[in-house]
Amino acid sequence: MQYLPNIIFAIIFFFSISIFIINIRKIISNIKLGKSIERNDKLKERFLKMLYVAFGQSKMIKRPIVGILHLIVYVGFVVINIELIEIIIDGFLGTHRIFSSYLGFFYDILIGTFEIFAFLVLSSVIIFWIRRNILRINRFWKNEMKGWPKLDADLILYFEVFLMSMFLLMNGADNLIQKNFPENLQYVKAGFFPISQYISLILDGFSFEILFYIERTAWWLHIVGIFVFLNYLYFSKHLHIILAFPNTFFSNLNKKGRFENLKSVTNEVTKFLDPNIDPFNNSQGNEEIPDKFGASDVIDLNWVQLMNAYSCTECGRCTSECPANQTGKLLSPRKIMMDTRDRLSEIGKHISKTKGKFTGDGKQLLGDYIKPEEIWACTSCNACVESCPIDIDPLSIIMSMRQYLVMEKSDAPSEINNMMNNIENNGAPWPFNQNDRAIWSHEI
Amino acid sequence: MDKKNKVPILSEIFPNGKTPDILFWVGCAGSFDDRAKKITKSFVRILNKINISYAILGPEESCTGDPAKRAGNEFLFQMQAISNIETLNKYGVKKIVTTCPHCFNTLKNEYPGLGGNYDVFHHTQFLKDLLDTGKLKIESGSFKGKKITYHDPCYLGRANGVYEAPRELIKKLDAELVEMKSCKSKGLCCGAGGAQMFKEPEPGKKDINIKRTEEAIEVKPDIIAAACPFCNTMMSDGIKNKEKENQISVLDITELIDDS
Ligand code: SF4
Ligand code: SF4
Repeated sequence: MQYLPNIIFAIIFFFSISIFIINIRKIISNIKLGKSIERNDKLKERFLKMLYVAFGQSKMIKRPIVGILHLIVYVGFVVINIELIEIIIDGFLGTHRIFSSYLGFFYDILIGTFEIFAFLVLSSVIIFWIRRNILRINRFWKNEMKGWPKLDADLILYFEVFLMSMFLLMNGADNLIQKNFPENLQYVKAGFFPISQYISLILDGFSFEILFYIERTAWWLHIVGIFVFLNYLYFSKHLHIILAFPNTFFSNLNKKGRFENLKSVTNEVTKFLDPNIDPFNNSQGNEEIPDKFGASDVIDLNWVQLMNAYSCTECGRCTSECPANQTGKLLSPRKIMMDTRDRLSEIGKHISKTKGKFTGDGKQLLGDYIKPEEIWACTSCNACVESCPIDIDPLSIIMSMRQYLVMEKSDAPSEINNMMNNIENNGAPWPFNQNDRAIWSHEI
Repeated sequence: MDKKNKVPILSEIFPNGKTPDILFWVGCAGSFDDRAKKITKSFVRILNKINISYAILGPEESCTGDPAKRAGNEFLFQMQAISNIETLNKYGVKKIVTTCPHCFNTLKNEYPGLGGNYDVFHHTQFLKDLLDTGKLKIESGSFKGKKITYHDPCYLGRANGVYEAPRELIKKLDAELVEMKSCKSKGLCCGAGGAQMFKEPEPGKKDINIKRTEEAIEVKPDIIAAACPFCNTMMSDGIKNKEKENQISVLDITELIDDS
């Protein structure tokens, strides 16, 4: 029975890691449903961008207050995870604070640092909660945030409060045992406790047994909480803590104004313009079915657009900068990303149920999730792309859907059709004669 | 007509063996829209004044395809692009300057992939360069002390990162440059881009150009400086809507320099 805790720990550990890996693989295979796109060039530039934008959070700092709070939570998360290594080793071996005997004074400093970060994280998270729920910052209360997205955002904050509190409670009890009951040798004298010393004050007076149970319970709740949180990521916008890195790495490095020239269209157009090929004669053997132009569903998008959707943190910076959204139009670039993700998960579930290829379920992204009215309200101003802290590109998805509407469905607002007819016939979006283009020059 | 002001058309001077240093891409708005034509003329007046060798395509110019592409019609865009590239390459054009950020963006970023490689400049970059090299001089006169706010066109600013050239030109006028609350990379769109110019806006609380005009009015400028014919239309409409035409004028940077 002596090894029971170690065995339980090992079971929980491997169980939660396995589930996590299974879910991550699901996400990867869903992302792979997307079309290919060349993003393996300029590796150094990509790496630097990832360092700067994801690791360095350079775009978060543009809103300094939240930027700094977010940075604290992020650095705190990374730093406190170092302590996780020890907790996991202790869990497996049944040891207690195994690193203390190797690191000596440095260990004390480490624990002290973790505590300070835990406190800072706790404070920041509470401020985040106040911003969301009491100050009710506008971008957190838009339509697409109703229901699960709102609950998800709050749950993440509660998780963090819980984890940090358990960490500090565990230390507080440990600290007190070290002080009041030095005869219990497994509680080695180790660590500085700049924050949890105040918790110790409250616990002072309890017997060894009670303190022992408090310490153990907090230890277990903390580590199990972390495993639960790890597996919660899959269902949550919090996935960005992982995906922000590949997402910035594979982001578009070109000038934002440069929209991809569709290769499939270039092929058609060159065929059309080549005097040696009869565009209406298909008897030349190579009758490939031309690609679908644009996107009506997520599987028509490329994998970077799909990864973007899973990476979105639902922060709403894009939507709050969007001129269409600011003036009350239906379009919200954040909703475009959330809809893309939800539809992709739906297709993913469908595929795992049927254990095979997706053959359609009578629904699609355009129409069932995103209305043409949203698509047509976009001014292609790039404000959403500019403002996204992890370089997501909602505009490219909007453009893909416009391409589908116009080229596959000929379904554009009538004024747009007029404009396009004019370009086709007179080389200008208005009905003027191309030969008159220089008339102004006579009027100088 | 004053001979000095004649605008050379490439097809007319090409047989004489003259290939100009610069092609001025006028654009559809600059060719046909009454307000934008004034900007075109201002720019040409500057070109004539500094005695630079340039030409326009005239009847051989055709829409770059930008509005078609942003509307989702990649076919029409590429047809336009390929035929324009054919024309430009026929004349061996190397350097292009344009007064429209949409033409600028398309020519610069989207034509290379289809075989059109040129050095493309927006007129604000071009004018800034002329000033720096001393070819153009501004006598700060008429705009001295005037409050000017500059509206960033999306396709010049965010799309291509050109924020400073237009601002430096305004400062050279000895005018007071005042920034709106959202400017540069955070600049609010005028509402015309993405083919919106050619259609009615979707239902909402307000038109985008009105919102942007309100932001401009907030800083109490004498002049709203624009650098795009479409922004110019949108902001002018906004100012009319707010009945401020008598206090605030909307002018292109070229016009400011031409008038100085
Ligand atoms: S590009 Fe479109 S979706 Fe993005 S901010 Fe501009 S108008 Fe909104
Ligand atoms: S797309 Fe970017 S800016 Fe928009 S909500 Fe998602 S993470 Fe935030």
